[in-house]
Amino acid sequence: MSSFFLIPLALTLKVAGSATVAAFLSAVPFAFLVSKRRLPFKRGIDSLCTLPMVLPPTVMGYYLLLLLGRNGPLGRPLDETFGVRLVFTWQGAAVAAAVAAFPLIYRSARAGFEGVNVHIEEAARDLGASELRVFWNVSLPMANRGIVAGCMLAFARAMGEFGATMMLAGNLPGKTQTLSLAIYTATQAGNSAAAFQLTLFTSVVCTTLLWGAEHFLKRPF
Amino acid sequence: MRYLGMLGAIFAFAGASFAAATELSVSAAASLTDAFTELAAEYEKVNPNVKIAANFGASRTLLQQIEQGAPVDVFAAADQATMDEGASKKLIVDESRKNFAENGIVLAEPAGKKAVTAIEDLKKDAVTHVALGNPDYVPAGRYAKEILQAAGLWDALREKFILGENVRQVLDYIVRGEVDAGFVFSTDARSAGDKLAVVAELQPGTPVTYPIAVASDSPRKAEGTKFIEYVLSDAGKAILKKYGFR
Repeated sequence: MSSFFLIPLALTLKVAGSATVAAFLSAVPFAFLVSKRRLPFKRGIDSLCTLPMVLPPTVMGYYLLLLLGRNGPLGRPLDETFGVRLVFTWQGAAVAAAVAAFPLIYRSARAGFEGVNVHIEEAARDLGASELRVFWNVSLPMANRGIVAGCMLAFARAMGEFGATMMLAGNLPGKTQTLSLAIYTATQAGNSAAAFQLTLFTSVVCTTLLWGAEHFLKRPF
Repeated sequence: MRYLGMLGAIFAFAGASFAAATELSVSAAASLTDAFTELAAEYEKVNPNVKIAANFGASRTLLQQIEQGAPVDVFAAADQATMDEGASKKLIVDESRKNFAENGIVLAEPAGKKAVTAIEDLKKDAVTHVALGNPDYVPAGRYAKEILQAAGLWDALREKFILGENVRQVLDYIVRGEVDAGFVFSTDARSAGDKLAVVAELQPGTPVTYPIAVASDSPRKAEGTKFIEYVLSDAGKAILKKYGFR
């Protein structure tokens, strides 16, 4: 296979993989707290966590660009203190994809945690388990399926992220040009043969991933 | 029931926007955004029965849309190459094709940076990001490529390029300070005012002229021709001049 497919594919997997991990690590604690704890502004937090799913990607992209741009309130300190630049880098693409993927894990995990029987968690507490241990040994394993399903959706969403990615990370071949952006560019340039090949290739990759994930989910946990 | 009512209102609103008078669809290069928005508004004043739907983007992108069957009546591009392609694909009416404006290319940097004073400075290590339109479909990028190739800088700078989807995105990158320098049309630089600094006025080998033509598939060719006449008229020229076109 030529670099024409492999470079955007490798980049897409790298971006979507990092985005899913980042979204998983941040969304699961939020989902747990919202579903299991009394929090101030609970509904507000819940809406905020779901917002990237309902906002148009360009709106998300614009927020991210304002926030993380070279002169943004977060972008400037990141650049000056750590030398980290998110605009025009694959890390920026990963951030955009992670934000887009976050609500999918959050919603599935929240539903998963809500489905865990409170009495079992209470029983663990009565037997002397710490809150962390209840989370780690009871709630998390019992909400497992929902979380895994959420991660799959998140990965698929991250792979296809387009609008926010293009706004934050640009469309740079070899650097931030994922498969979806490569298809867009080929279409814009009137290169329909390349666009068609990339589309076909992406469809095969996504279908394979779907089958693989289904096969994996069928196994007992 | 309440929700049904709301849904009904949404559909009614969507339906109403389809039922306009004569709607003339004009696809114009991104660099024409300000000038053509005013041109369209003035044209509607003179012709109250016509509504102009202007669509802006990279010229090659717009041509691609026409090729895919977008209902476009008039097409204005920022370079001859794109219009030539349209002509060779029989997407435009050859006799209707006219040149209506000239422009220049500038190298610009964010205001107050003073890192770049000439095109050769782009080679400096301090300059890490140079923005230009994707030469595959953005005319301003094609002109920039031509200039950089003539200066023998194209290959040396390749790693620094940030390719924009259209010239206005490149302009935005410069104004925002996301890049160290970039290539835009002089009219774009002018529209950004003091938010950027023009480093050099450049002239590519190919003259920067803007062609306009009626689309072959347009069912409103007469109205399209009338709009083109207006663009070429003194009133139209005055508006273009106001935005820095020659």
